[in-house]
Amino acid sequence: MAMTPRALAPLALAFGLLATGCHQDMWQQPKVKSQSRNEFFVDRMGSRMPVPGTVAYGQPRTDAEFYTGYGKDGKLVREFPVPVTAELIKRGQERYGIFCSHCHGAAGDGQGMIAKRGFTLARPVGNYHSERLRAMPVGHFFDVVTNGYGTMYPFKARIKPYDRWAIAAYIKVLQESQRTPIADLPAEERAKLDAMPYDPSQDAPPEPVAAPPARTVAPAPAAAAGGAQ
Amino acid sequence: MPQIFGPAVNTIATVSLFAGAVVPFALLLTGSALTSSPYNTKVTVPLDQPAPFSHRHHAVELGIDCRFCHVSVEESAQAGVPSTDVCMTCHSQIWTNSPNLEAVRKSLETATPIEWNKVNAVPDFVYFNHSIHVARGISCNNCHGAVNDMHITWKGNAFRMAWCLTCHENPQNYMYADPGSNLSPREQVFALYKKLAAGDKLTQVERQLADGLEQVMPADKVHEGYKLMNERGVNVSQLKDCYVCHH
Ligand code: HEC
Ligand code: HEC
Ligand code: HEC
Ligand code: HEC
Ligand code: HEC
Ligand code: HEC
Repeated sequence: MAMTPRALAPLALAFGLLATGCHQDMWQQPKVKSQSRNEFFVDRMGSRMPVPGTVAYGQPRTDAEFYTGYGKDGKLVREFPVPVTAELIKRGQERYGIFCSHCHGAAGDGQGMIAKRGFTLARPVGNYHSERLRAMPVGHFFDVVTNGYGTMYPFKARIKPYDRWAIAAYIKVLQESQRTPIADLPAEERAKLDAMPYDPSQDAPPEPVAAPPARTVAPAPAAAAGGAQ
Repeated sequence: MPQIFGPAVNTIATVSLFAGAVVPFALLLTGSALTSSPYNTKVTVPLDQPAPFSHRHHAVELGIDCRFCHVSVEESAQAGVPSTDVCMTCHSQIWTNSPNLEAVRKSLETATPIEWNKVNAVPDFVYFNHSIHVARGISCNNCHGAVNDMHITWKGNAFRMAWCLTCHENPQNYMYADPGSNLSPREQVFALYKKLAAGDKLTQVERQLADGLEQVMPADKVHEGYKLMNERGVNVSQLKDCYVCHH
C-alpha cells in the first residue's frame, strides 16, 4: 500500500505542529546563570571574579579585628570581637560538624574519619588539646580557618567571618570540655555519668590506624609538607 | 480487464479502518512514553563526568556533610558545584596518585575549572530556589532521588511542572520532623545523611527518603503535616501562582 499525497498531508501537519513545539529560545535564554559556561570570556567562565581590591557596596570591612583576627597592634586578638552567646556556640557546633569534624574528630582530638584514612601521611591533623593550642589566643583559630595552616587548606571562601568566630568559640568549648575536672560538673551531669555503664574499650588507647591499601599510598608531596611553621 | 481489487483487499480495507483509528493514538502514546522515558529525560541515567565522583562514598561512607561542598545551598538559589580547591582540601593529601583524580589535579595545575556535566536543570524560564526549600525542611532526596546511593550522580526527577505542583499544592504531605529529636527544619534535612553515615536506625519516612521513594504521608498523619507547615511558616496560598516560578 503506497502512501498517497493525501495520506501524507495529516502526517506533515502533525510533524509541523510538533516542530513548532521545539522552539528553544525561551528554554535557553541568552543570559548567564551562575557557574555556567560562557563563550564571551577567554577562560569561558560565566561566573566572574571581582577585580582585586573590590569593596562590596555597604561592606567596607573596616573592622580589622572581626575580619582578620589581628588587632590594631598586629597581634592576634585575645578577646572575641563578637558577643559570646549560647547561640554563637550552637552555630559554631553546627559549622564545626560540617567543615571540620571529619578531619579533626567530633572532640577535636585529630581523630576524624579522614585523618584515620591517611591524612597522617604528610602531617598529623592538629589536635586542639595540646598545651600550645590551649594557650593560643582566639584570633589564632580564626586565622587558621581563614588562611589555612600548613597542609590544611583555607576556608575563607566557604565560611563567613561570623561563622568562623562561632567555630573559634566552639573550639574553646571543646578545649574546656576535655580538661574539666569531674568535680566541677553540676551534680545532675555527674549523676548521668555515674549512671552510664562502664565500657573499658573507651579507656583503651586508640586502635592503630590501618595503612590504606598499597595502591593508594602516595608519597607525601614535598611542597605540601613544607608549608608549616 | 482483470479485477483490480482481489479478495485480499477486503482484509486490507478492514485492517486499515481499524489501523486508521488506532495508529495515531499508538503513535501519540509512544511519543509521550518516549519523552517521559529516561531516554529523553535522563532520569536515573548516570552522566559521564570528568572524574568519577561518588556521593555514596563521600557523603555516606566518609560522612562529609553536603554543605561542605554545596556551600550555598542553605542561603542562595543555587546549591553550587564545588571548586577544585574543595576537592584538594583532602585530595592534596590522600589518594594523590589515583588516576581517577587526574582531572582534578590537572584543573589545579592549569587553574581552569573542572567542567562537570550538569545533571539537574530547569529551563531558563523557570525560577527555582534552594534556600527556601531547605529552610522549610524539604529533603534533598525528595527532589534529587537517593543521592546517598549514587556512585555516579544521576537525575532523580525530570522536574516537570506538574511534579513541582504536586508538592506546591499539598506541601503538608512532604513535611517531616523526626519525632525523637528537636531539630530545626534545616537541620532535619541533613540529619538523614548523618544517620546513614552513623548507621543509626531510620524512621519509616527516612527509610523512604533514603531509598529514593516518594515520601508517602499516611492519612492519619496529615494533621501533623499541617501542624509542621504552620510552625515552619509555609505560605501555601500563593505557592501555585504562576509568578512564583515564572518571572
Ligand atoms: C582536610 C582535613 C582538615 C579539615 C577539613 C580541617 N583541618 Fe584543621 N588541620 C588539618 C591538618 C592536616 C592540620 C595540621 C597542619 C600542619 O601542621 O601542617 C590542621 C591543623 C589545625 C589547627 C592547628 C593549628 C596549629 O596552630 O597547630 C587548627 C586550630 C585547625 N586545624 C582548625 C580547623 C578548623 C576550625 C577546621 C574547620 C573549619 C579545620 N581545621 C578543618 C586538617 C584539616
Ligand atoms: C565532597 C564533595 C561533595 C559532597 C560532600 C556532596 N557533593 Fe554533591 N556534588 C559534588 C560534585 C563534585 C558534584 C558534580 C559532579 C556530579 O554531578 O557528580 C556534585 C553534584 C551533585 C548533584 C547534581 C548536580 C547537578 O549537576 O545537577 C546533586 C543533586 C548533589 N550533588 C547533591 C548532594 C547531596 C544531597 C549531598 C549530601 C548528601 C552532596 N551532594 C554532598 C560534590 C559533593
Ligand atoms: C573530606 C575529604 C575529601 C574531600 C573534600 C573529597 N574527597 Fe574524594 N575521597 C576522599 C577519600 C578519603 C577517598 C578514598 C577513601 C578510601 O576509599 O579509603 C576519596 C576517593 C575519591 C575518588 C576515588 C579515587 C579512586 O581511585 O578510587 C574520587 C574520584 C574522588 N574521591 C573525587 C573527589 C572529588 C572530585 C572531590 C571534590 C568535589 C573530592 N573527592 C573531595 C576524601 C575526600
Ligand atoms: C524542591 C526540590 C529540590 C530540593 C529540596 C533540592 N534541590 Fe537541588 N536542585 C533542584 C532543581 C530543580 C535543580 C536545577 C536548578 C537549575 O537548573 O537552576 C537543582 C540543582 C542542584 C544542584 C546543581 C547545581 C545548582 O546549584 O544548580 C545541586 C548541587 C543541588 N541541586 C544540590 C542539592 C542539595 C545538596 C540539596 C539538599 C540540601 C538540594 N539540592 C535540595 C531541586 C531541588
Ligand atoms: C517536596 C515539596 C516541594 C517540591 C517538590 C517543590 N517545592 Fe517549591 N516550595 C516548597 C515549599 C514548602 C516552599 C516554601 C513556601 C513558603 O514557605 O511559603 C516552596 C517555595 C518555592 C519557591 C519560593 C516561593 C516564594 O514564596 O518565594 C519557589 C520559586 C519554588 N518553590 C519553586 C519550585 C520549583 C520550580 C519546583 C520544581 C522544580 C519546586 N519548587 C518543587 C515545596 C516544594
Ligand atoms: C512550582 C513552580 C511552577 C509554578 C507555580 C508554575 N510553573 Fe510553569 N513550569 C514549571 C517548570 C519547572 C516548568 C518546566 C517543565 C519542563 O521542563 O518540562 C514549567 C513549564 C511551563 C510552561 C512550558 C510548557 C511545559 O510544560 O513544558 C508553561 C507554558 C508554563 N509552565 C506555564 C505556567 C502557568 C500558566 C502557571 C500558572 C498557572 C505556571 N506555569 C506555574 C514550574 C512552575
